[in-house]
Amino acid sequence: MSGAPALATEGRSGGERRKLLLPAVIFLLLALAPLAVHLGMPASWLPLLTRALIFAIAALSLDLILGVGGLVSFGHAAFLGIGAYATGIMITEGRSETLLILPVVLLACAVFGAVTGAVCLRTRGVAFIMITLAFGQMVYFLAQALSAYGGDDGLTLYERSTLLGIDLFASRSSFFYTVLASLAGCYLLVRAIVASRFGRVLRAARENPTRVSVTGFDVDRVRLIAYVLSGMIAGLAGFFLANHTEFVSPAFISWQRSGELIFMTVLGGVGSLHGAIIGAIAYLIAEDALSHLTEHWRVIFGPQIVLFVLFTRGGIVGMLKRAGGGR
Amino acid sequence: MSEPVLVLDGLRKAFGALKVTDGVDLALRPGELHALIGPNGAGKTTLVHQISGMLKPDAGTIRFRGQDVTGLDAKARARRGLARTFQITSTIASLSALENVALGVQARAAHPLALFRDAASDESLNRPAREALAAVGLADRAHIAAGSLSHGEKRALELAMALALEPAAILLDEPLAGVGKEEGERLIALLASLKGRYAMLLVEHDMEAVFALADSVSVLVYGRVIASGAPAAVRADPAVREAYLGEEG
Amino acid sequence: MTTGLLLVQILNGLQLGILLFLVAAGLTLVFGVMDFINLAHGVQYMLGAYLAVTFVSLTGSFALGLVLALAAALVFGLVLEFLVFRHLYDRDHLDQVLATFGLILLLNQGVKMIWGAAPLSVPIPELLSGNVRLLDGILYPTYRFALIGAGLAVAGLLWFVVERTRTGMLLRAGASNAPMVSALGVDIRRLFMVVFAFGTMLAGFAGAMAAPILSVEPGMGDTVLILAFVVIVIGGIGSIRGAFVAALIVGLVDTLGRSFMNDLLRFFMSAPSARATGAALSSMLIYLLMAVVLFLRPDGLLPARGRS
Repeated sequence: MSGAPALATEGRSGGERRKLLLPAVIFLLLALAPLAVHLGMPASWLPLLTRALIFAIAALSLDLILGVGGLVSFGHAAFLGIGAYATGIMITEGRSETLLILPVVLLACAVFGAVTGAVCLRTRGVAFIMITLAFGQMVYFLAQALSAYGGDDGLTLYERSTLLGIDLFASRSSFFYTVLASLAGCYLLVRAIVASRFGRVLRAARENPTRVSVTGFDVDRVRLIAYVLSGMIAGLAGFFLANHTEFVSPAFISWQRSGELIFMTVLGGVGSLHGAIIGAIAYLIAEDALSHLTEHWRVIFGPQIVLFVLFTRGGIVGMLKRAGGGR
Repeated sequence: MSEPVLVLDGLRKAFGALKVTDGVDLALRPGELHALIGPNGAGKTTLVHQISGMLKPDAGTIRFRGQDVTGLDAKARARRGLARTFQITSTIASLSALENVALGVQARAAHPLALFRDAASDESLNRPAREALAAVGLADRAHIAAGSLSHGEKRALELAMALALEPAAILLDEPLAGVGKEEGERLIALLASLKGRYAMLLVEHDMEAVFALADSVSVLVYGRVIASGAPAAVRADPAVREAYLGEEG
Repeated sequence: MTTGLLLVQILNGLQLGILLFLVAAGLTLVFGVMDFINLAHGVQYMLGAYLAVTFVSLTGSFALGLVLALAAALVFGLVLEFLVFRHLYDRDHLDQVLATFGLILLLNQGVKMIWGAAPLSVPIPELLSGNVRLLDGILYPTYRFALIGAGLAVAGLLWFVVERTRTGMLLRAGASNAPMVSALGVDIRRLFMVVFAFGTMLAGFAGAMAAPILSVEPGMGDTVLILAFVVIVIGGIGSIRGAFVAALIVGLVDTLGRSFMNDLLRFFMSAPSARATGAALSSMLIYLLMAVVLFLRPDGLLPARGRS
């Protein structure tokens, strides 16, 4: 480290501007991404990217509790699944209006998050990770047991959601831009939460929960609120996912999925928020490319995850920072 | 003679067969600096943990500002105006000194957990925080990450964080621990300047500091208070001399 | 619901419980002593089963195959410890979760590549292939009895080692306060390796013993792992006693729940709804149990003494 002490807050002008640059660039590139088809990218590029953005929303939500809050939740796929299933079930029952589906999705995730969060947050460390994993499994089994809605085989959706009659998801590009706009909205929302008074307490509690309680804050309550918010945003991603694949299945809720979400968040750089977006996109593109190479792509991927953890710090965003000569 | 801010009555705490707190009575008056001394292993830090709410006593009561707070946890006591510093520095290393103190100011604000109010640029939090930092001499270190401060500066920061809570009483657990001579003298001067304004319970090993600052002294040995009163009287007490001499003997 | 059926299901529940205990015991020690979260523990169980398949068919003898499988599982576990786990002890839980997750992906796929994706099996040894008569007309497979017996024997052995030997004392001390044990001059790395080896062998043994009655397939360790987590959390991290009690409870609740939930619900609702609700409820039962236990006792039923 250089002689100068580390500046934690760099004052409004310089630091804030720098902090906005990378995310702005990312969103700009994403907005222009569909044009790549004219540059030779295959037609499947756009749906792949849409899928990546859907998972980016989920990874972003996970980054709030994992990266910012320090809570390693290994059951986050459950929220994705609840959102997807709520959507799938309502569409199957003839209700495909987004304005009806979304409140149900958000409410279901909020309730699940509040109830399971209250239990999970009574534990710490290793136990917390295990409990979240166990609750995720519970939802998985519940989905499997829903024989009326496909059970283990999953449920095919015969139409997509509409918004007040508008077919948002009909064309590939309108789907893409809808998700992109939602991602941008969620990003700004989460960013505002992290910078807020609430966010400061959450961040501080990650490092030193004792100090935070002794200052007069209810750490458990703050964490629970963050957990519920994070679950609701992931539920939104589930809504998009159901519409995108036109299919919902218990596999969406597998613990492997939860693990992949954690990896995406860490890959990008925990806590940075835009890192989660980068991580999700990088992961899904890599997964797509690898799976075309070989059926056994996990044999390559598994060790890569292990090596990545063992040897890198700060994920992609960390690497970019170092490359840019940043502090 | 005003009502004591903090009253301990018959406090007991045992870990298995080990009686760490064995019937402690203590009273802290407003504006008073009461020192708690005793040989190593006397149970001083455990006592502070019980007063601040981090540890539950087995028996006895703790009254703070006239209310029985024995059943309340640490955050509830903090909200009522009981602040503390830690023997092993406990700041939030990645946040700046200003933010650490602002966190305390935030806890007292009308909306401490507002979801959409930007915290870093909030002058209603930053102004009192800067005042607290200035009071402890850290005004020019406001934007340095707490983890990068020198040891003495960290101890001063802990004090500023306690002041930010606008406390009625401050529990100071060995604030001079590990601090060099110069910084130590600064801290002592600082504590002296706070006397009269805040009730303080000072746990310390540094005898010079204790007898320079204290209005009254209690001596804790094996969980019991063996002497309590004016500094000069305590110093001359044969039981106290034995406890210390016996320790060094 | 007859007494006979009830008895059979109770025995099945005990058998599942014993298996879970064998897997959970090693895991809870690793969590308690080393504060290391090892998601790949389920893979050890799976490997025990696969190695049993190979060695039993190679040697033609169940006993010999079992021993060889255990030895190979132990070696493999130690190799993993050396190559990967050792570097993770000082890392935070997130890194440990990710690294061991990567390992699961690798090993599950690896097993598929070596042994193929189709389920395999191990023939029940001649000696234990009969049935035992419990009551008139109720027979119970001898092998399952043997499994319960073997599991209890191992549990007894474990109890003896942990409560009565010096190594066991160090283990219990480590589960309460590892840094203190290290500060007292005990070679903590050595202790970690011993704990790890114990855990690996137990999991491998469980897998090998389960092979004749369960289907051996890639990913079989994952479900068991998650059940083991539930057991550990209910029992209390670092507590072998807790793991034993919790494992039996979980095994019984799960088995009896699945068998009789349907019948129970028939008292309250029609047959088709009972079946649907029953399937859903019985798979959720142990998680609900876990939630209730945690709500009332966040540290588990029998937490390791001294843990706050």
